[in-house]
Amino acid sequence: MHPVRKQRLWLVLFLVVFSSSAIGLMAYALRGNINLFYPPVDVAAGLAPVGQNIRVGGMVVDGSVQRSDNSLEVRFAVTDYEAVVPVVYTGILPDLFDEGQGAVAAGKLDENGVLQASEVLAKHDENYMPPEVAEALEASKSRMAEQAAGQGYGQ
Amino acid sequence: MWTLFHKFGSPPWLYRLSGSILRWLLPITVVALVAGSVWGLLFTAPDFRQGNSYRIIYIHVPAAVVALAGYYVMAIAGAVSLIWRMKMADIAMRACAPIGAALTFIALVTGSIWGKPTWGTWWVWDARITSMLILLFLYLGVVALYEAYENKALAAKACAVLSLVGTVNIPIIYKSVDWWYSLHQPASIKFTGGSTIDPSMLYPLLFMILAFYALFTCALLLNMRAEILQREQRTAWVRALAGERGGN
Repeated sequence: MHPVRKQRLWLVLFLVVFSSSAIGLMAYALRGNINLFYPPVDVAAGLAPVGQNIRVGGMVVDGSVQRSDNSLEVRFAVTDYEAVVPVVYTGILPDLFDEGQGAVAAGKLDENGVLQASEVLAKHDENYMPPEVAEALEASKSRMAEQAAGQGYGQ
Repeated sequence: MWTLFHKFGSPPWLYRLSGSILRWLLPITVVALVAGSVWGLLFTAPDFRQGNSYRIIYIHVPAAVVALAGYYVMAIAGAVSLIWRMKMADIAMRACAPIGAALTFIALVTGSIWGKPTWGTWWVWDARITSMLILLFLYLGVVALYEAYENKALAAKACAVLSLVGTVNIPIIYKSVDWWYSLHQPASIKFTGGSTIDPSMLYPLLFMILAFYALFTCALLLNMRAEILQREQRTAWVRALAGERGGN
């Protein structure tokens, strides 16, 4: 390769590496702000500010959803399987909101550690399958659970 | 190898080559886009959680994938233009930008339309969506910067630097859902290990991604041909071509 072009090639490589590391360091320094939400474990550790608008995300705890009889108020809890944050929300929930599924709630933490949510978003996962496949998976899962239970009784 | 490389620098050669490629690639692309859409929209099962609304994936994901890949094409053309000062590389770089911007825009709009029924919001400032918006601005920035210069050699130099600096955004977009907590779910198609999308839904999706790559290639070549004719309008070969076609 011509020496002038070789020099320009190095310049191009330097440009890419230098700008990438600069922006990489910036993203690393700002990582707390780039996260869309706090995981419940951070809220439990007191890392999330009280009384300010924040988002908390995690899985909706099975059996935790309680709907009010005479208003749109919903109470539920989100977890990352390490800590649990209770959430109170008044409004309409997205269609995909369900127990055992991901959700992101935006609102303010009160003194009791309850998130007074003004918005709840459903977070869906990366699994896509036809309903029949999902049913077959569910059936085989429960069969395996039965088998495991059967073995447990045998011992 | 170098002779082939230098041939790419010749406008009439590239014009003829792209013409013969387009003659068969263009019909294939149209057929593939129609066939892939019909396959994805009519002949796949609904999703077990999202029902039919997930089908927008057949436009959303291909547009996003090719928008990211197209940026690398633009940046590589930019690098070639900086190192070898090749005019055809300038043209390729400039031709990528509006196509990439259009694909990024399609990905953002379809994502927004998909987000409303599933997540419950049109827009959220999470890492994936924000970095994708930055990609749109980078593409538009290349167009604007190029057009801001009267001197096209200077314009190409400035745009090449901008597109090379912008490459850092591509791995950020790709990994954003793994590095940070985001509302957008992680990738369903995985290069290593099993994909988390059922094969009956995956194959039409991969087919649509290929169709979008073909669409990108067609649009790129058509754009480049128009720019080549524009720039070379005073040369003998373009005049000969015009005489052949129009006879004026």
